[in-house]
Amino acid sequence: MAKLTIDDLKKIKEKTAKETSLRDGPASIKITVHMGTCGIAAGARDVMSALMEEMAEADRQDIRVVASGCMGMCSSEPNVTIEAEDSEPIVYQLMDSNKMRQVFKRHVLLGEVQSDFALAKM
Amino acid sequence: MRELSLHILDVVENGITAGGDCIWIEVDEDRKTDHLKIVIRDNGHGMPVEKMKNINDPFITSRTTRRVGLGLSLLAAAAERCDGGVRVDSQPGKGTEIAATFRYGHIDRAPLGDMAATVTTLIIGNPGVDFVYFHRIDGKDFSLDTREIRSEMPDLSLSDPMVIHQLTETIRSALKALTLDEGLS
Repeated sequence: MAKLTIDDLKKIKEKTAKETSLRDGPASIKITVHMGTCGIAAGARDVMSALMEEMAEADRQDIRVVASGCMGMCSSEPNVTIEAEDSEPIVYQLMDSNKMRQVFKRHVLLGEVQSDFALAKM
Repeated sequence: MRELSLHILDVVENGITAGGDCIWIEVDEDRKTDHLKIVIRDNGHGMPVEKMKNINDPFITSRTTRRVGLGLSLLAAAAERCDGGVRVDSQPGKGTEIAATFRYGHIDRAPLGDMAATVTTLIIGNPGVDFVYFHRIDGKDFSLDTREIRSEMPDLSLSDPMVIHQLTETIRSALKALTLDEGLS
């Protein structure tokens, strides 16, 4: 019987080898990937995977990622909402992994809203 | 949906919406008996009996953002077209169990797809929820329990993208090993 063992976890820990406990502190940016049936069917999981890779690379402790349900705009899925401190939340539409990477690098890290991909600000 | 793992991702989110804080995902692939079974169980607040009657009706939904609910209906349709079906057991206050069966070799059966990405997407997207994942391929199995990870490695944060990335790779290679074992024996 194979199981995710402590050794596996230790290996993971070694590879990531750094302070990770900080991530439970306050967040200044929240990224919501909408993962209802519609979002998942349209490719939200790939968007989430790309976001994870970018996050791992950027290594910022103040960015929080959550999955949420459908927000009722199924035709524009996958949707991603970025809520940064001191500014209005922006909803992006028709996302894919490349658009996600661009939005992460430009909007999340540098604060430049990518209005070409945006659906609305809330 | 193109992959069964996407159906799993979707139906598990239902369990979380139902207030579950621990979700069990079980996948059993048995090529000898030509069976594939997927079980998803949550400890949420369950469903009342009258709702259960219309469970696969897409126009019956508890959501409020739109008037159709497709998640479970799509999984049921996918299972039924592969000589299988979906069974739902729910007890108010205790939780819900959904079991989908498929004929493994049916021409219409969608591939299982990237289970590792489904599991880790669930873990990172739902920080307050625990997941128990059990995957058996032809009698050999792999399992993962986030409750154990949290208690045995408290300093390994499951909300860290680096950890999630490594965890995805670990699951992927473990599942690959299960498939390869079969090929050699």
